[in-house]
Amino acid sequence: MPRAALREIPFDVPPFELSGIVYGTLLNHRTALEALGEQVRSPPYNAPPRAPVLYLKPRNTLALDGERVQVPAGVAELEVGAAVGMVIGRTACRVSETNALDHVAGFLIVNDVSIPHASYYRPAVRLKARDGFCPLGPRVTARAKISDPSALTLRTYVDGALALTARTSELLRPLARLLADVTEFMTLAPGDVLAAGAAAPAPRVRAGQTVAIETDELGTLTSLFVAEAT
Amino acid sequence: MMRARVAWSGAIHEATPVPDAGASAPDARLRLADGRVLSQGEVVWLPPFEVGTVLALGLNYADHAKELKFSAQEEPLVFLKGPGALLGHRGATRRPAGVKFMHYECELAVVIGRAAKRVARAEAMGHVAGYCIANDYAVRDYLENWYRPNLRAKNRDGATVLGPWLVDAEDVADPADLALRTFVNGQLRQSGNTRDLVFDIPYLIEYLSSFMTLSPGDVILTGTPEGVTNVMPGDEVVCEIDGLGRLSNTIVAAESTG
Repeated sequence: MPRAALREIPFDVPPFELSGIVYGTLLNHRTALEALGEQVRSPPYNAPPRAPVLYLKPRNTLALDGERVQVPAGVAELEVGAAVGMVIGRTACRVSETNALDHVAGFLIVNDVSIPHASYYRPAVRLKARDGFCPLGPRVTARAKISDPSALTLRTYVDGALALTARTSELLRPLARLLADVTEFMTLAPGDVLAAGAAAPAPRVRAGQTVAIETDELGTLTSLFVAEAT
Repeated sequence: MMRARVAWSGAIHEATPVPDAGASAPDARLRLADGRVLSQGEVVWLPPFEVGTVLALGLNYADHAKELKFSAQEEPLVFLKGPGALLGHRGATRRPAGVKFMHYECELAVVIGRAAKRVARAEAMGHVAGYCIANDYAVRDYLENWYRPNLRAKNRDGATVLGPWLVDAEDVADPADLALRTFVNGQLRQSGNTRDLVFDIPYLIEYLSSFMTLSPGDVILTGTPEGVTNVMPGDEVVCEIDGLGRLSNTIVAAESTG
């Protein structure tokens, strides 16, 4: 997505505009790690994750509220990973957990779309970084307007039916701790987004279905899934 | 043409090597667009282009894969890097305290010049703007088997060096036959040739553009050959690729900038 399109996401506190850099966090929701069970101690993993497991959703993946997500030819279903995204307001480098959230300008909903994959051993760029695979929005809600970011509830609806409920209180690394652990080795800049991790089981959707991710505080992010134009 | 981006005297400038010195000479001088001539040490070198999405290849030389005890894979091992990792020529990269194995990786970087979506192999090279050298450090102590190589090992601040020059594609006769060399404190430690890439440049552009649109400024770091060794604070690491120049970097202790 051209960076100019990101300006269409309402964002009324500094820095007023997303940078286009979006990081996701794997297995940071209690249910996501639990879904792997004892596998985490077996090859090829051998141990549960220690540091945050991160990946990028590059600029070609970014999409606005209401945009269509294309289901690739030959792929029956896509996975919908509803996550809360922290939008960085002040450069965050080696922040402490105590004041981590002071570096956050606000929050938005991130729909981290993937082609389902069972192995997390190798980075899944072909499965997660396809054009349009990261709708986000519908707006950035200022941190000051969120009384308790650790008590947000994300509800994922597929064609109007509730498919999954996830809470930020269920994150293995809560938001502040995640920001502290990530910025220990990687500086985040104003406008960058760090998505905190999706719950399991991730709802699966086919072409023709509509996904709405809703929270009381952050609004509703809607995406229509369509068959890829070939 | 070879172009650098440098900060000097309060502004960012495009600079070109002074022809008589030879761009590969360690002390090559450079000329700003307005004609002023400067020595390398007078300026701050930035990555030589506005960098977009950074795509990096792992295990893309058969010998390096063997060195790390991996068998060749069916599909390229690709990972993505963020902008905070980037650093210019003659910069300093921090070695974290208490780690055992941090190593350089000399790589040919392929810079996209024209948007690429579902580009066939035969057309792929027409989307390349040019080339530069990359030195993509890894801290192996932090490797974990989750989306490996994980970002803590491979996406650290200032640990992906790009430069010194962006060299136009038309000036690189055969990017599939370029020798790469890494020197640590003047001693040759790593050498290879891009002819040994497991997945070559046209293949990588075809593969990547089959699922994602590549845009101008996106860059593909094509992987590193065998010969990676530990580096310590104070070490000067120079990566060299035929026709692209010499990319220098110094390792410093994390505390010294801490």
